[in-house]
Amino acid sequence: MNLSLILVNKMHKLDFFTQKRLSFTFFVLILIGLTYATVIYTEYNVAKGFTSIPKAIRWATANFYPDAASLKKLPTILLKLRDTILMSVASATIASFCAFFVAILGAQTTRINVWFSVIARGIATLFRNIDVSAWALILLFSFGQSSFTGYFALFFVTFGFMVRVLIETIDEVSTDSVEALRATGASYFAIIAQSVIPSCLPQLVSWVLFMIETNIRSATLVGILTGTGIGYSFDIYYKSLNYHAASLVIVVIVLSVFAIEAVSNRIRRAVL
Amino acid sequence: MPLLKIEQLSKRYGTDKYALDTIDFTVDTGEFVAIIGPSGAGKSTLLRCINHMIPMTNGDVWFNDTSTKALSAHKLRTHRTQIGMIFQHYNLVNRLSVIENVLHGRLGYKSTVAGVMGWYSDAEKAQAVEILQNLGLSEQMYKRCDQLSGGQKQRVGIARALIQNPKLLLCDEPIASLDPSAAKIIMDTLKDINQRLGITIIVNLHQVDVAMRYAQRIIGINSGKIICDAPPHTLNPSIIHEVYGSEAGELILDFGEQNAQA
Ligand SMILES: Nc1ncnc2c1ncn2[C@@H]1O[C@H](COP(=O)(O)OP(=O)(O)OP(=O)(O)O)[C@@H](O)[C@H]1O
Ligand SMILES: [Mg+2]
Repeated sequence: MNLSLILVNKMHKLDFFTQKRLSFTFFVLILIGLTYATVIYTEYNVAKGFTSIPKAIRWATANFYPDAASLKKLPTILLKLRDTILMSVASATIASFCAFFVAILGAQTTRINVWFSVIARGIATLFRNIDVSAWALILLFSFGQSSFTGYFALFFVTFGFMVRVLIETIDEVSTDSVEALRATGASYFAIIAQSVIPSCLPQLVSWVLFMIETNIRSATLVGILTGTGIGYSFDIYYKSLNYHAASLVIVVIVLSVFAIEAVSNRIRRAVL
Repeated sequence: MPLLKIEQLSKRYGTDKYALDTIDFTVDTGEFVAIIGPSGAGKSTLLRCINHMIPMTNGDVWFNDTSTKALSAHKLRTHRTQIGMIFQHYNLVNRLSVIENVLHGRLGYKSTVAGVMGWYSDAEKAQAVEILQNLGLSEQMYKRCDQLSGGQKQRVGIARALIQNPKLLLCDEPIASLDPSAAKIIMDTLKDINQRLGITIIVNLHQVDVAMRYAQRIIGINSGKIICDAPPHTLNPSIIHEVYGSEAGELILDFGEQNAQA
């Protein structure tokens, strides 16, 4: 009786693993099928794709490096870089500031009313799920090729993302202390100022820094579309076949991203 | 005149069954009441209805001879300032210092602006220092709360409640996350507050033996109904069994030891 029970149990376990393996195999097969179908459909030549990689590398090492002449362009490039960085910092900080208020309405712990919360979350989802480049294209119609377009594109994406993560942060770190302050009779705004903000501060700072880094990367791309900042410099040099200057732009971007990341890690450690 | 009178109190979450089902009892000033009952009996719900952390479905809570059924937002704040609350998980702002957390207990008395800015008077600060000294936390006063032990955190929670100058303390399983010696310190502190300051205490407990040792009166609830309401020495195993239903086996053992000691 007992033995047969153990056996049945073992069978069940076996079943469980066989099933897992089966569903995994199935998944892999579907993936292979999909890849194959798309390759056929787009007439993509796999062999040619791979063999052109060495060729690309050879071309890059021959042309795509900063030379002495391109270094003369460095001051102009740095000026454009400054524009891009300022735009990224401004959009990240101001959007985060606005997002914090919306997140307070959206978070379960601090919401005033269920409907506000649903609306706040809805707005966040909408803004977040439209890509920066899509925002830039949409905004091109209203603002044309100006730094406003890039600024608002970054602003909207940051806003959507920050609302989402701040809602989660608020609910995660401040629910208990908000309950306690509510029980003392503290007013709504006092609870936000004395409990929600101090509890969320490290995460808030950390996410703002993260968004600054992300925005600098996106700003380059957006700049190509909107004709502003360092993205525009790259676009111009590249299209005018000045590959040395274009590669210098890339180097400058990479270095500045590293620098920003180092600085923000410092700040993060100081805040925690 | 009782300090607290619970009248026909019912609470229902959504369309679930009633979490509290027509509860009636009164508490006089200076009493030390323990509420016991199995998990899900409605103990936390009962405490939270008293200070309106959750809205009640039916009935009324009379506090200081005033009905609290339909309080304006302002009156609700005043009602809450008179009732301190202590939590199982301490519910402190961990990144702030001990003294800042204690001063939070004064926020109920402040205007929105003063509360947002955190303006505390010198008298309030002096009171915070004094309370912390009495609770043996003067060394930790400027430490951040995340550096404290569980027992110390709970004492900060108690200090935050005391600085409200409350008439009543509601304690929701204050020792459930503590080791026995820290738990004893907390229960002794509560007993001391009750006797020295005359503050009425209602405490939810999971440990029947602790309830028997400290409380003057034990209210047992099960499935939202009061099963018993009596001084500890009149309780017997069959009543406890009724409160806890089928879980009671082990509990009765505790009970036996308790009687043997007495
Ligand atoms: N926010 C809520 N929403 C829906 N149902 C709830 C909520 N809070 C509590 N309940 C239900 O109400 C009943 C009473 O819960 P309560 O937390 O008051 O029990 P308790 O006696 O404090 O239990 P424990 O000893 O485990 O803390 C339970 O059935 C619980 O599932
Ligand atoms: Mg509970």
